[in-house]
Amino acid sequence: MIPELGHFALILALCLALLLGTVPLLGSFRQQRQAMELAPSLAVGMLVFTAISFACLATSFLQDDFSVALVASHSNSLMPTAYKFAAVWGNHEGSLLLWSLILSGWTAAVALFSRALPLQMLARVLSVMGLIAVGFLLFSLLTSNPFARLLPSIPADGADLNPLLQDPGLVIHPPLLYMGYVGFSVAFAFAIAALLGGRLDASWARWSRPWTNVAWGFLSLGIMLGSWWAYYELGWGGWWFWDPVENASFMPWLAGTALVHSLAVTEKRGLFKSWTVLLAIFTFSLSLLGTFLVRSGVLTSVHAFATDPERGVFILIFLCLVVGGSLTLYAFRAPAVQSRISFGWMSRECLLLINNVFFLVATLTVLFGTLFPLLTDALGLGKYSVGPPYFNAVFVPLMAVLLPFMGIGPTARWKQDSSARWLRELLVPALVAVVVGALLPLISNQSYNIWVALALVLAIYLMLAMLRDLQTKVRNASSLVAGLKRLTPSYYGMQLAHLGFAVAVIGVVLTSQYAVEMDLKMSPGESQEVAGHVFRFESLERVSGPNYTADEGVFAITLEDKLVARLAAQKRRYMASGQVMTEAAISGGLWRDLFVALGEPIGDGAWSVRLQYKPFLRWIWLGPILMALGSFVTLADRRYRAGKVKATNADTDTGTDNAAAAVTGTHATT
Amino acid sequence: MHPVRKQRLLIVCFIVVFSSVAAGLVTYGLRGNINLFFPPSEIVAGKAPIGQNIRLGGMVVDGSLKRSTDSLRVEFEVTDNRATVGVVYEGILPDLFGEGQGVVAAGKLDESGVLQATEVLAKHDENYMPPEVIEAMKEYQEAES
Repeated sequence: MIPELGHFALILALCLALLLGTVPLLGSFRQQRQAMELAPSLAVGMLVFTAISFACLATSFLQDDFSVALVASHSNSLMPTAYKFAAVWGNHEGSLLLWSLILSGWTAAVALFSRALPLQMLARVLSVMGLIAVGFLLFSLLTSNPFARLLPSIPADGADLNPLLQDPGLVIHPPLLYMGYVGFSVAFAFAIAALLGGRLDASWARWSRPWTNVAWGFLSLGIMLGSWWAYYELGWGGWWFWDPVENASFMPWLAGTALVHSLAVTEKRGLFKSWTVLLAIFTFSLSLLGTFLVRSGVLTSVHAFATDPERGVFILIFLCLVVGGSLTLYAFRAPAVQSRISFGWMSRECLLLINNVFFLVATLTVLFGTLFPLLTDALGLGKYSVGPPYFNAVFVPLMAVLLPFMGIGPTARWKQDSSARWLRELLVPALVAVVVGALLPLISNQSYNIWVALALVLAIYLMLAMLRDLQTKVRNASSLVAGLKRLTPSYYGMQLAHLGFAVAVIGVVLTSQYAVEMDLKMSPGESQEVAGHVFRFESLERVSGPNYTADEGVFAITLEDKLVARLAAQKRRYMASGQVMTEAAISGGLWRDLFVALGEPIGDGAWSVRLQYKPFLRWIWLGPILMALGSFVTLADRRYRAGKVKATNADTDTGTDNAAAAVTGTHATT
Repeated sequence: MHPVRKQRLLIVCFIVVFSSVAAGLVTYGLRGNINLFFPPSEIVAGKAPIGQNIRLGGMVVDGSLKRSTDSLRVEFEVTDNRATVGVVYEGILPDLFGEGQGVVAAGKLDESGVLQATEVLAKHDENYMPPEVIEAMKEYQEAES
């Protein structure tokens, strides 16, 4: 009964989505107020019915209703409750339903928090999101119905969830990642609505900015969690593989980063308007492309649950409709919104333009590397694969060159600035960074590493430049506290996000350069030294968990004869599927990670064992957490909360409305 | 020239220069960092380059797995039922590696036609397999019948 209820609710959600996608949109062109006013209620209704449908599926999983095909093939009565719930999205059909749920959630959020928007705009935004929801709900209902039954032959127990997925990571990683992925649909909807109305002014950018920031923050968190999960669960200690599926989530992030910065220019100065719209379309298209790559089975990875050509074709058609439709609209409308505002070369606009070019090039190179194997295979040129060296060779130099500009960005003024002033502001931070960054690698007991020095110089320079900027901005205030209070949440958010970038750079480079990794044969009683730490294989025992049995190797790790950690690494065999899983044991810390994983028994009680020492690894994830935090902090900005704000006229050359100027803090010293 | 037009020209120049640099980086990155897939019969037929990164896929021959006693070095043979290629690997084998199972090994072919593997992939779970393995297994079955 419950699954049928869920199926029915999903159909109702589709009906509401169809209404939402058509009635308010048509109403907005015919100036029918009543039709437009339907949009918020329809959006909330769509959320309610998608949520009911989702709750029904979750109930089926929690109640072990193995008559539902999805439950039978992805759950098991022995599984812990939390994983039974997470198993809802640990498969193709359920993850699509989660996608629809989150999309409805974003749509309802726009409906509820954007009361201040002009009705016509709101109706169009919600309609566009409704149309996207139509696509995804149709996809669910037509090709991947999560509620299909296995009648009359009901299995006695489920086939179990892939052990790789039986992990707390599954509980939080997909929802957060989807929040980001799907969140860009809001920026997309605003862009399309603005194109439809032909009014691409600064107010459009201001409305869409907080949504874009939050989506970007969620995506940062989602990607970070995926990396963390891969590190301890399937990566044997690796944290990023340039796997096509990782790239699928990374490309919207890169394009989204460009969008966040480009929106700033559009809002403040009324520049790059067409470009920002194009970026919004591009970013959401990459989200859809990611879905296509992951869900269609053209790529292979742990994320590709099932291969079904019909599904691939459906998403491909949907992708073409969205990209083709929005670009056609863009082609017709964009030339009408050209701006004729000029800016100097030494200006914040120019620095943000540089940011956009860097991130766009980074996106395109990752896109190229991801699609290259698909292209050569489709064209019959051979089965190539593009490995991490390609991505590293392209990506690392790009980011290294980006960092110096990042230091100038926040300090630079809009419209026209002088290089002499930049030099005055940043000479001291740069010099200090060079000295400190070049000296710091000497502390390490490994030989002097030029790459570490370079990364430290750049990251320290960025952090000092931020401090210097902060100092400049509070200089003229009556007191430090008063000065700090005067700066806006937008400014603090930006600073936090940039700090996160610096932290992540330090983490990535130090981990890659200083990590020590050893695969060796060990028997209980033997010891091995790794980067000063002595790993002693103490014992091997057989243990059992709720739905698995395991060989557990206990390792005592000592540093200078003091015990620092006792780690128990497991080799599990899951009872339902008989699948074998490696469960690594990790001692984590801000400065270093110690990692032990059991390979396999290789005779005489000996095992193949992987031991790792990874300094500064946690910084890689601390970075995105700071970035996400920064993006959430910007929400507190008064400008976004205010009721019906009069659109600031940033189309004129002045564009320095007081409220707007204070937000970035550029004029806080005046 | 009109200042806006001049500015636009400069932006275009900047983008052209920058994308050429990026294209250069991409070409440099791609050179030597992509590798092609070969089934064993093509390697034995001499179609695969020696000393370059390639991938080999097929089934692990029953009884061919040999372990070294003092290190993690393993040797095994991979077949597509028409030809067999030896693989040498030092490291931890994936959880689902086994004789009679599909496998993909990446590495360089040495002068004697043995693949010196740097990476060995097996299937991730019972239902999921890398496409090369599926292809290799299909050919294996075709050759068998």
